[in-house]
This record gives sequence, C-alpha cells and structure tokens, in this order.
Amino acid sequence: MPINFQTAVGVHEQALKLRSYRAEVLANNIANADTPGYKAKDIDFKGLLESAHSSSDKMRTTNSKHMGGDYDGGTSPELLFSNPEQPSADGNTVEVHKEKAEYLRNSLEFQTSFRFLNGKFKGMKSALRGE
Amino acid sequence: MSLFNVLNIASTGMNAQTVRLNTTASNIANADSVGSSVDKTYRARQPVFAVQAPGLAGSGMSGDDKGAGGGVNVLGIVESNAPLQMRYQPDHPAADEKGYVAYPNVNIVEEMANMMSASRSFETNVEVANSAKQMLQRLLTLGQ
Repeated sequence: MPINFQTAVGVHEQALKLRSYRAEVLANNIANADTPGYKAKDIDFKGLLESAHSSSDKMRTTNSKHMGGDYDGGTSPELLFSNPEQPSADGNTVEVHKEKAEYLRNSLEFQTSFRFLNGKFKGMKSALRGE
Repeated sequence: MSLFNVLNIASTGMNAQTVRLNTTASNIANADSVGSSVDKTYRARQPVFAVQAPGLAGSGMSGDDKGAGGGVNVLGIVESNAPLQMRYQPDHPAADEKGYVAYPNVNIVEEMANMMSASRSFETNVEVANSAKQMLQRLLTLGQ
C-alpha cells in the first residue's frame, strides 16, 4: 500500500485550518471591543470539523491509478453570534475577558494540533528512511 | 492564510486605539484653552468606530467574501455638543461684554477613563498579534 497523505495526516490538517480561522474571528472580536453595536461572533468548531472530516464529496476512484481528490469541506464556515453575560448599553456584545480566554485556548489547541501533525510527518519520514 | 489576517485585524485595532488616545491627549491638553467666543472655543473630540468590511483585511476560508471580518475602522472624529463652561472672569482678556469666558466642554474624569480603556485595548491587540506571531513561527517549523 502506498503512503497516502490523506489518510496518514488525518483530521489534523483540517483542525489546524479551522483553528487559524477561529483565531481570525476572535481577533476581530477583540479589535471591535469598543465599536458600538458590534455583535461578537464565533464558529461551531466541533460541527465544522466533523463536516470537514467526513465530507462525502470526495472524488470517486474507479481505477487503481485514479487519485482521490482532496476536498476540504467546501463552503466557508458559518459564523454564529454569542450571547453576552452582561450586555452593554451601546449594543456591543464583546466581552474582552471571555474573548481573550478563548483566544488563548484556541492558540494552545492550535499548538496541540500542530504537534500531532508534526508527529505524523516525522513518523512518515522515519518510515521512508527505514530507520 | 487566516493567521496573517489576524495580524492585519490586530493592527487595525491598534490603529483605532491610537486615534482614540490621540483625541484624548488633545482633549486633556486643551482642557483649559479659552476662546474669545463660543464658536471659537475648543470642543471635546471623540473618534467613531465601526466594523471594517471583511473584504479589505480578512478573507473567507475558501476564498469567497464571507470572512471573519476585517477589524475595526475609524469613521471619523466628532466634536461634542455638550454646553461649554461659561465662567465669570471679568478681568480675563478673553471675557465677553458681560464678563464671561468660554471654557471647553472637556470632562477630565471622562477623558482619564477613556485613556485607560484605550491603552488596555491597545495592549490586548498587541497580545493577540504576538500570539498569532508565535503560531505562525511554529507553523514554519512543520516537518522539521
């Protein structure tokens, strides 16, 4: 069996992609912490990762020489509004402490996904070398 | 690449907070600048923030326009409509015929609170940019 990147790398590639997208969403919330009327946004990470990983829209391979197309889950992720614990008078729903904590957690989870992905590549490398 | 957009977004946030800090500095510096008439007296200035359109700084994951957002934008600077402080100082060279001098409508307490809020928000944006930088640097070592 040849080494297939799609199966070897697994879910971690999509996880890393979603993590960096979530970092962007959270950074936008923090930048708009003082904008009147701004509504804080976030993504549903679990649902998006599941739909990206189990995407049934992969190209069909009817011949052993066909290559499976790599389809990354398609459409851009849906942004959801978060409910504030303490709404402010100017209509802004960003709670900076919460967003900061989420951003920190997201960046740690990014590093975790990165480690897994890096480990996969290291494993493949040592398999290729036959060490 | 989403992580580069984080840097763009954080820089728009830092820019907006710098504008806010600038207006605060101007207000505090001019808190006692008298004018010879009501029209010519300094009035407190405040920036107006708005969400920037996503297409300018951010981008969607798969290329279309539904991105996370483009950060914050300073629409402009408005002058406060609050009434000026009229103080009775007949000896003042800028006094009008009734002996009143117009002082700016700057509220120092408000401005100090504004200044603290702006510098905290600036710091938060710097931290966001810093951790995005760390994530990017980590990403460059992939496969090594």
